[in-house]
Amino acid sequence: MSASDVSVGAFLGASLKRQLLLAYRRPVDTINPLLFFLLVVTLFPLGIGPDPSQLAEFAPGILWIVALLASLMAAEGMFRQDYEDGSLEQLLLSPQPLYLASLTYTAAHWLVTGLPLTLLSPLFATMLQLPVAALPVLMMSMLLGTAILSLVGSIGAALTVSLKRGGMLISLIIVPLYIPVLIFAAGAVRFAAGGFDPQPQLLLLAGMLSLAVALAPFAISAGLRISVDAG
Amino acid sequence: MEGLDLDISAGNMVLIEGPNGSGKTTLLRSLAGLSRLGLTGSIARDCDELLYLGHRAGIKQLLTPRENLVWACRSQGWNPDTIDSALERVGLSGRADVLCQHLSAGQQRRVNLARLYLSFEHQHPRTLWLLDEPFTAIDRDGVTSLAATMAQQVQRGGAVVLTSHQDLPLDIPLRRLVLGGAA
Repeated sequence: MSASDVSVGAFLGASLKRQLLLAYRRPVDTINPLLFFLLVVTLFPLGIGPDPSQLAEFAPGILWIVALLASLMAAEGMFRQDYEDGSLEQLLLSPQPLYLASLTYTAAHWLVTGLPLTLLSPLFATMLQLPVAALPVLMMSMLLGTAILSLVGSIGAALTVSLKRGGMLISLIIVPLYIPVLIFAAGAVRFAAGGFDPQPQLLLLAGMLSLAVALAPFAISAGLRISVDAG
Repeated sequence: MEGLDLDISAGNMVLIEGPNGSGKTTLLRSLAGLSRLGLTGSIARDCDELLYLGHRAGIKQLLTPRENLVWACRSQGWNPDTIDSALERVGLSGRADVLCQHLSAGQQRRVNLARLYLSFEHQHPRTLWLLDEPFTAIDRDGVTSLAATMAQQVQRGGAVVLTSHQDLPLDIPLRRLVLGGAA
């Protein structure tokens, strides 16, 4: 490793640490999506009746739609603080590779939003009477799916960060890109709940994740440059 | 802003003046390469390194001065072991581990200005400093010490471009660029 490799590694480590520290000191950004999830999952049985078989039938779809909306909520504010306090300008001017920096920011964001959702998803699923046999597949789909949602959400967040009211626009930009995740992730859980093999859907999700990891940072970097230029 | 032809070379100290809204910040951002929208014409830059301090403080309220500066150093590829001396230069050594949200406006500006001392320590002598209102909320002693650092930077072959509404307590040659009235 050359000296500059060491410096890039140290920078990415420092960025990850900084983002996690910030999330720790302002836990509301992490807790809000989880509370939202809990609220919706609590309301569904009241809305469509407590019949376990009926709930179980809808559970995969409900869980994934709520995960999608929670992720949308979390994505919006991702670069907001950095934009407003000028850190983003410093990031763009720094000699460090923006591609890797974008990836690190997204990883930090996923660690404080997607990962808690993945870990708590069995609890929420049990509230919706999802068969226990489908829980491992649900967690696997959440693990892969929320990571894709974080990457795609970051693109929207980067593009709209300079807008005062970016909320609606970010939804329009990223919801169409969320749809494949919804279809295959909910499909995997439905297959598992019905006793079928969910492997094809999970592999497709894994493929989508690989694609998103490779390509999304380019779009995030470009989005950040445009937003700072416009600011 | 039209018909602007500016040539900044090593050893220059340029003060951009003008009323609010005359484009001082826009010009600095363009020089830094942050802003290209609405720019017709070209900017050629041939300096080794660049340091830009914008009017936004660039520091996190929920981090301490030290934590802020560690990231600032890492983002530039500098070793953070000189942070203590930089914090001492800006008079914050006793407050290095207090969250920035508990610091006054002037102290928060000082955290940002500590980057100048870090840059002086780590960056190439021929670094171009672009400073947007560096003296805002800084007391008189702070201004004197900052201006002295800028003078040193210019004398060692760097260049400084700054905007300010106050006069600099300096005895080195200063180029003034006065931008026109507000649009």
